[in-house]
Amino acid sequence: MKNQRSGLVYSTPITLWLTLLFVAPTLIVVIYSFLKKGIYGGVEWIFSVDGYNFFSSSYFLKVVWNTVEISVIATVITVLIAIPTALYIATSKYKNFLLFLIIIPFWTNFLIRIYSWIALLGNNGLLNNLLIKLGFEPHQFIYNKFAVILVSVYAYLPYAILPLYSAIEKFDFAIIDAARDLGASKMKAYIKTFLPNIKPGVITATLFTFIPALGSYAIPKLVGGNDSQMLGNIIARELTITRNWPKAAAISTILTIITVVFIVILSKYDKDHKGGKV
Amino acid sequence: MNKKNFSLNMFILTLIFLYLPLVVLIVQSFNSGKGVAWDGFSLKWYDELFNHSARLWKSFRYSILIALTSSVISTAIGTLGAISLQWYSFKHKKYLRVISYLPLVLPDIIMGVSLLILFTSIKFKLGLMTIFLAHTTFNIPFVLFIVLSRLHDFDYSIVEAAYDLGATEKQALTKVILPNLMPGIISGLLMSITLSLDDFVITFFVAGPGSSTLPLHIYSMIKFGVSPIINALSVILIAGTIALAMSTKKIQKYMVS
Repeated sequence: MKNQRSGLVYSTPITLWLTLLFVAPTLIVVIYSFLKKGIYGGVEWIFSVDGYNFFSSSYFLKVVWNTVEISVIATVITVLIAIPTALYIATSKYKNFLLFLIIIPFWTNFLIRIYSWIALLGNNGLLNNLLIKLGFEPHQFIYNKFAVILVSVYAYLPYAILPLYSAIEKFDFAIIDAARDLGASKMKAYIKTFLPNIKPGVITATLFTFIPALGSYAIPKLVGGNDSQMLGNIIARELTITRNWPKAAAISTILTIITVVFIVILSKYDKDHKGGKV
Repeated sequence: MNKKNFSLNMFILTLIFLYLPLVVLIVQSFNSGKGVAWDGFSLKWYDELFNHSARLWKSFRYSILIALTSSVISTAIGTLGAISLQWYSFKHKKYLRVISYLPLVLPDIIMGVSLLILFTSIKFKLGLMTIFLAHTTFNIPFVLFIVLSRLHDFDYSIVEAAYDLGATEKQALTKVILPNLMPGIISGLLMSITLSLDDFVITFFVAGPGSSTLPLHIYSMIKFGVSPIINALSVILIAGTIALAMSTKKIQKYMVS
């Protein structure tokens, strides 16, 4: 360890930058959430908890429910697809190439990836054109919950595959053989040895999918309908259209708290179980 | 064998799932018709894109400008921060750990909203400058973690050897630490460029009227009616991505050896 003065030289730029542009704005949001709404947007510096009175609104509760429902379903599907995919990559001879194949779509612009599903499933999209050609009625595939979940899975899948891949790569498959020799069925061997060992990967994959899903804005905005708006959409609407800044700030604050609580619980869960591994 | 087949099948399905929409875009970009029905091969959307989309290229230039400036600044700040966390002790170390970890895990929209509220409350005019500040902010933690993971494998004894041979603090940094950290620094830089070029949500909040980045432009194109120009643009972007990915692998190999 070197002296404190040089430590300050190296750490001051980052500390200042993140304090001014991350910590301060976050605190300002919390403060704004307790102020009175200004007449033309903005705030008046009078204490008020009006920003938090959305719990009485049934529309708001519905959006909260949508957000949780869509995020949970998308996360579960994503992780369920990602585990076998990562397992295959980790045990393949061509790991690097296969990983590369997974990463390319992930590097493609986020909005283009959303747009590609509109081109495929949209009302004038390829699939509907095909249906009409084959003599079927066109069907509305997007602007609903299904589309939001589908596109979310698409967008976050690579985030889930990568941590699972690195967890599986460290796993010693001889343990499975050992369990089988000791009489475990194939299924049981995987459940009892493989899953507990890749748990840190599963937890990271869950975090990397669930958190961006909770804060989704673009996906529900572009492929969701009225029944599938999420918290992010309400925040943006309160900020830009309704111009109720205390309310936008209050919802952001709550979203921040939910995220932090979620991370703390999951990382604690992760730690608790690491020690118990045989 | 069964398990292997299952994971192979899942892998193939995943690849189809990931690539099918992109293949559709690529094919459609060569369709001369405006709709999805195939009207014959044509390069007219590429012509539109390259010759008649001035606003798109302006936003593209802004994107490049912001990606380059914010990634350089965030790489410098993040690298120094990583060195401080790895090797030095100072009073606010714990605080720094928390504030450099949190932005990585909070949803984008939170940073977008809070920066918008900050800039507006101090009457800072929204525009390219606020986009630059926002991008640098979200890039710093990524650089920090990439460089930090490199530092874990860094053999500190070579730095000590440099001190023993009479190197000053500054010489140790510029002649020993930074050159040895180069692969990590370059990964951090490339990561920030990619993240900056890709960011939509945070930029959406802090851009203000008049300054648009490429993702913002694409968003408005999607929102106000689908235009086949996006197909052509997508193909260019996908090709660019693959080319960049391939070349950075080469660059990185070259830098390491």
